[in-house]
Amino acid sequence: MPRKALMIDYEYCTGCHACEVACKQEHDYPVGKGGIHMNEIMTTLPNGRLRIDYIPFPTAYCDLCAVRTKKKGETTACAKHCQAQVISYDTVAELAKIMENKAHAVMFTPK
Amino acid sequence: MEKDKRKIVRTTAWSPGCGSHGGCGFKLEIENGKLVKVEGDECHPWNQGRVCAKGLALTQYVHHPDRVRHPLKRVGARGENKWQQITWEEAFDICEKKLKEIREKYGAESVIFAQGTGRDIGGPITYLCYAYGSPNWVQIGLAGHSCYTPRQGAMFVTNGNYTMADCSQFLEKRYEDPQWVRPNVIINWAQNPINGCFDGFYGHWIVDCMKRGSKLIVIDPRVTWLASRAEIHLQNRPGTDGAIALGMLHVIINEGLYDKEFVDKWCNGFDKLKERVQQYPPEKMAAIAWIKTEDLIRAARLYAQSKPSAIHWGVPIDGNPQGTVVAQAIAHLWSITGNIDIPGGNVIAKAAFGVTTYPFTSQEMADLYGEEMVKKLNELRIGCDRYPMIKGFRGWVQPDVLLEQLETGKPYKVHGAWIQTSNPIGGQAADPKRHLAALQDLDFIVVVDTFHNPTSVALADIFLPAAALSEKESFRNWWWPLTNMVKAVDSGDTKSDWEINLEMANRLTTGPIRFKTVKDLIDDRLKPAGITYDELAKRGSWYAPKDGSSVPYYRYETGMLRRDGKPGFDTPSGKVELYATRYEEWGLDPLPYFVEASESPVSTPELWAKYPLIFASGRRVPVFFHAEHRMIPWLREIVPDPVIEINPQTAKDLGIEDGEWVLAENNHGSAKFKALLTPTAHPKIVSVGHGWWIPEAKPETPGLFDNWEHNCNQLVPMGTQSKSGFGGGAYKTSLCRVVKIGAKDSK
Ligand code: SF4
Ligand code: SF4
Ligand code: SF4
Repeated sequence: MPRKALMIDYEYCTGCHACEVACKQEHDYPVGKGGIHMNEIMTTLPNGRLRIDYIPFPTAYCDLCAVRTKKKGETTACAKHCQAQVISYDTVAELAKIMENKAHAVMFTPK
Repeated sequence: MEKDKRKIVRTTAWSPGCGSHGGCGFKLEIENGKLVKVEGDECHPWNQGRVCAKGLALTQYVHHPDRVRHPLKRVGARGENKWQQITWEEAFDICEKKLKEIREKYGAESVIFAQGTGRDIGGPITYLCYAYGSPNWVQIGLAGHSCYTPRQGAMFVTNGNYTMADCSQFLEKRYEDPQWVRPNVIINWAQNPINGCFDGFYGHWIVDCMKRGSKLIVIDPRVTWLASRAEIHLQNRPGTDGAIALGMLHVIINEGLYDKEFVDKWCNGFDKLKERVQQYPPEKMAAIAWIKTEDLIRAARLYAQSKPSAIHWGVPIDGNPQGTVVAQAIAHLWSITGNIDIPGGNVIAKAAFGVTTYPFTSQEMADLYGEEMVKKLNELRIGCDRYPMIKGFRGWVQPDVLLEQLETGKPYKVHGAWIQTSNPIGGQAADPKRHLAALQDLDFIVVVDTFHNPTSVALADIFLPAAALSEKESFRNWWWPLTNMVKAVDSGDTKSDWEINLEMANRLTTGPIRFKTVKDLIDDRLKPAGITYDELAKRGSWYAPKDGSSVPYYRYETGMLRRDGKPGFDTPSGKVELYATRYEEWGLDPLPYFVEASESPVSTPELWAKYPLIFASGRRVPVFFHAEHRMIPWLREIVPDPVIEINPQTAKDLGIEDGEWVLAENNHGSAKFKALLTPTAHPKIVSVGHGWWIPEAKPETPGLFDNWEHNCNQLVPMGTQSKSGFGGGAYKTSLCRVVKIGAKDSK
């Protein structure tokens, strides 16, 4: 089986936390435990303007939604509910192809 | 009935539950009669499968141990939090008896019927209010009624209808529909839409458009994520949106960037507007707004020269000193550029099939309840005698006048309150202490809600537990598509707002009983769509019209906007009224103008010297809606404390560190917050979230769930309403100072 991964198009991630709660609901994770954690990064650009980037990071508790993706053939909970539709779940090879054309993207390969 | 072990129910989200202004299609997973999971409905055109954080935590809301699940009668004094469980029959009997007594002694107008923000409550609360015979439908404490209705009123007088940034929401195929064109530019004005679905607009539609190429102009005192992605960000001083709009009109008109053909054919009063805006050159307006002149000019040009372009806006517009005037000036922007009801512009919003959930205009009120009834109500409605626009547009009480009337008993005394899905003392009410004192005088108060909160503990004599969205039958037609809510699980000993209010209305009405069941009532309201409640549920709980007056575009040409079927806009002149004859009729200036807030760096320099920061309340986060959701573990975990955003340099000057508890105080009151140092904050502006009461703190008075510790509205006065009666609540424009109160983790 080719390796599966998550790709985040962080040009458009709005930091809305829906992925975090989607993951919690999917796995019934309690407070303090989650499969994905949203991070905020602020950079002052050379022109003086502030750039805000949000990047959700799949933690050690991310199982790539094993039940959902394998048994039901669905996409992951975070990808489905991502409000900005910036999370893609696919094989590393497929995602790498899509990344070619993205302004800003990152791929995570949780296990 | 045989119980399915596991089933999926398709329904619509509209409070209580995820709470917000709603519209998402949900697929609820039910196992052994219990809600176990929420999924988004991929087939639903509104959210296209996604569900936000609040919706995804619905199971924790519905099954929450603190939910009130049986009717309660107060047994101690008000505020002691002592209750006795009673049956619904007992509760209804008490309410019936008390409310009839008050009506006989003092008249129906002496009971007010209060809701919070506009959701599934609007239908049932007005139904009960009018069945009882009271004209007083109100949002208690909403200073200047500064939410939605001011903008709606301004659009009504200018364009004849409500408009929205066109993100294809009125087309079933959405972004795939070939009729739709993406806005080249979207002005995102005074809102951070990614936090939810405010005003019935799914915030991430803006992001959907950005991904399809829309450029942004953001007008916001904070550097939001959207602002950081914008071509132009105007980081303005709160309360100056009117100055920016007038400055932009000046540029667009004087540089000839408006749509001459559209203006000639479809607008009145252009010359008068042109003359008026000469008083508002961009240099002067930019200085008022604390922005650069060249940025204002660039924004005006980019918007006007990028057709189609759209404007999306938010509630802070209403809270401007003259909210209805500011909204009018902004409506002029899309009007004179011909960006109205065109693909990718500001599209006119009309309710699908003409079905009314609750009245959004005076005309809809008359359609539902009859002209005579509306006239009768307007005679005694609080605020109507002072404000012709309050009388002339929709059916709301003017909340600032209500507070005075509660205190003075003039022109008549208020004796009772029916407060449903609203927590004014812990939520929307400005000057909440003054409200609490005034409301304590009432003879009888009913609170209908899902959880106890500062208002219910402080004031309720009877508490009626409301069903959550997954437990009830209702319908929603906030524009498009027509949707309903399906009872996916048993509601136990709770009842839906519609059930409660229909039962009470049938007991209290002086007229004939029209509907025995909620379904009968909904079926009646759905008639224009030619569908019943059950049929709608069978379709998956949504139904989009293929044609008719709610389907865009260019309806001013086809005669779809006016009752008489003639082309034009639904205004007295049939044109876009740049010169507002309805404002004139209401004794208001028919043209836009700028005024300062009553307390501001400019109008009260001595106060500004003492309180050198602008106190902008109402900062939204994606995990709470207003005063709700603080008890939901998955959501509270994300935002555990009430914070105040402070610019790092400002904080440094004050000796304040990140994460430290501080006190914000001013001439009206004070509240505590945790400092969040962030470069997204303007050095002179601090922002705080509202609706912070602490569900795990002590409920009884005086604390009321630590309401007086953290309720930001203690710094916001009442009595600053606009000349129209709509708008002007100083929720974003009060002044304050911020002081250290001590160590990191103590309060
Ligand atoms: S893929 Fe599944 S497990 Fe991993 S972060 Fe997303 S929702 Fe959580
Ligand atoms: S749901 Fe999507 S947009 Fe929201 S924080 Fe997660 S990745 Fe970002
Ligand atoms: S976007 Fe609005 S309707 Fe949809 S789940 Fe969130 S709060 Fe509910």
